[in-house]
Amino acid sequence: MADDTDGDVNNDVNNIGVNRTDDNNTTDASERTELPRNLKLVFSRISRQLETYYNAPYRRAIAKAQRDEEDLFLLLVYGEALGIPNPAAFYTLELQPLLLERFHQWHQRMGMERSPLDEFRCC
Amino acid sequence: MSAILMMLLGLGGMAAGYFFYSRYIAERIYRFDPDFITPSHEYDDGIDYVPTNKFVLWGHHFTSVAGAAPIVGPAIAVIWGWLPAFLWVVFGTIFFAGVHDSGAIWASVRNRALSVGALTGHVVGKRARSIFMIVIFLVLLMVNAVFGVVIARLLIGNPGAVLPIWGAIAVALVIGQLIYRYKFNLPLVSLFGVVALYALIYIGPQVPISLPETVVGLSDGAAWILILFAYAAIASLLPVWVLLQPRDYINGLQLFVGLILLYSAVAISNPEIVAPMINHQLPEGTPSIVPLLFVTIACGAISGFHGLVASGTTSKQLNKETDARFVGYFGAVGEGALALAAILAATAGFASLSEWQELYKGFGQGGVQAFVDGGATILSQGTGMSAAVAGTMLTVMAALFAGTTMDTGLRLQRYIFQEFGEIYGIRWLGRPLPATLMAVACCVLLAFGAGGADGSGGLLIWPLFGTTNQLLAGLTLLVITVMLVRLKRPIWVTLIPLVFLLLMTLAALLIQLNEFYQKRDWFLLSLDLVVLVAAILVTLECIAVFRKPRQEELTQEK
Repeated sequence: MADDTDGDVNNDVNNIGVNRTDDNNTTDASERTELPRNLKLVFSRISRQLETYYNAPYRRAIAKAQRDEEDLFLLLVYGEALGIPNPAAFYTLELQPLLLERFHQWHQRMGMERSPLDEFRCC
Repeated sequence: MSAILMMLLGLGGMAAGYFFYSRYIAERIYRFDPDFITPSHEYDDGIDYVPTNKFVLWGHHFTSVAGAAPIVGPAIAVIWGWLPAFLWVVFGTIFFAGVHDSGAIWASVRNRALSVGALTGHVVGKRARSIFMIVIFLVLLMVNAVFGVVIARLLIGNPGAVLPIWGAIAVALVIGQLIYRYKFNLPLVSLFGVVALYALIYIGPQVPISLPETVVGLSDGAAWILILFAYAAIASLLPVWVLLQPRDYINGLQLFVGLILLYSAVAISNPEIVAPMINHQLPEGTPSIVPLLFVTIACGAISGFHGLVASGTTSKQLNKETDARFVGYFGAVGEGALALAAILAATAGFASLSEWQELYKGFGQGGVQAFVDGGATILSQGTGMSAAVAGTMLTVMAALFAGTTMDTGLRLQRYIFQEFGEIYGIRWLGRPLPATLMAVACCVLLAFGAGGADGSGGLLIWPLFGTTNQLLAGLTLLVITVMLVRLKRPIWVTLIPLVFLLLMTLAALLIQLNEFYQKRDWFLLSLDLVVLVAAILVTLECIAVFRKPRQEELTQEK
């Protein structure tokens, strides 16, 4: 989700850039054709500000909740390798290579300096 | 006197404060620098430190600091007549609150966005920091207990508001799910939330709900208080996005709707202020106006709680240092406007003086109920809505503010208990559930201890809450003053409010101590003593700091 929000922010930044150029163009084009578009821009700007208003005070709590979920997810995926039986191991095995990049951060967060797994070492 | 005149004088005065005095403060005293790299840019991490548009930030700051307190305080304080409350709110906002709030942001921004608590340790000393933690704990404890009592009273006094007050929780839950699970677009969801809330308010009076006189041997007031704390305990354990975040949001929207409606209703109906300018027929047992007025109205004139918000979250998101003037000072003006609306409602919305006196028949009586009744009359005259619906609307407004403050307060208190658990190695206290139960137990003890078995007298601790809140403000002002001394700038703008606050706080505590002693109310007496000790420690800390400014300076330079 953190990646998502980052993406949104980038999009927003891009949008702002687009908006600015649009605003400049409106002076050239006729008012009538641009009006609905301008309204849309105003609306999207308001909705962006409203979103900041909604999210800003809780960014930390949400980020923490997201990380807790991520930790649990990684435990499910790598649990079998750590000796915790997992009936879905056959499926989570498939995910392991995809999550390898996040694995390093995870085991460090869990208080293990080095990778706890013998089969593969990430550091 | 006409209410429009009072409204214009009040709002005009605060606007003048913003345009002239705050400019002076910003340019000459704090010297905001537009080129200063604020922590939001320096440590931009997308979570805590995010440069934010100043209007959005103001919206936040304002809605986080404006709660039930600027309604309850002024509504109690008009018992001395409308003039003292009016003057204290207007001049307090201009010369105290605005300076304090923008100063707290400035102090924090100039110190890597540290919170006031950390700042006291950093700027004044370790001892001051410990005092600060004690004062915060007391403030939280009292705010939860008092607001529990306030909401319980509102629920009993206005059975029509019971459905919308609890229904608002359901609305908030639905909104939270719509936003996070179904990714609905926010303006649409907001519209849905506001419409749903006001629909509930409209239906409320037709479906009045009240508890039976006695519930399992408890009075209805006591039962509501217990239900409220049970709710607050559950709410504070839920993830924030499920309830707290959407509830806060709806409250924010509601605050703006309520303020606009109230002020336009006053402007349209122009009611006459029936309450006396200065009340010469004070009910028996009303304490002396000086110093009690200055602790009865804390939020709305100056409140230490603002410093926590200003340095906790606002300073981390401040885009430019110059924005502190708008966000901090104008945030205080917004709060002052809410307090002024409360004064208007509690003094102008009555048919006759005797009706007003009937409500204000004792200190701590009247209060929020006067705000609801008076405001309802003004609203129904001004906008044509039925008085029952208008009353329900204002009740819901006050109760929801108090409710959100309780949710947040209890959560913060739980963190403090968990921290105690960690510091002293008490394993079980470190876990959320036992810590929450401890926090609730303390608050319930206070609510019932102060008000007897039915919790009816819980508002007795309101002035004590105000006092503690002012102490917190005093500590923040102390930090700002010390910073100004070190920068060799004029300090009177913060020193005069600081001295005034400390004198009033100490006097109020002593007067109340005597009162509790005569009533043989040992519970409140000991609470008063605890606050008094904290107040004396804060005063000593101030004296110590100003006696050795040079030495401090030298150690600082090392």
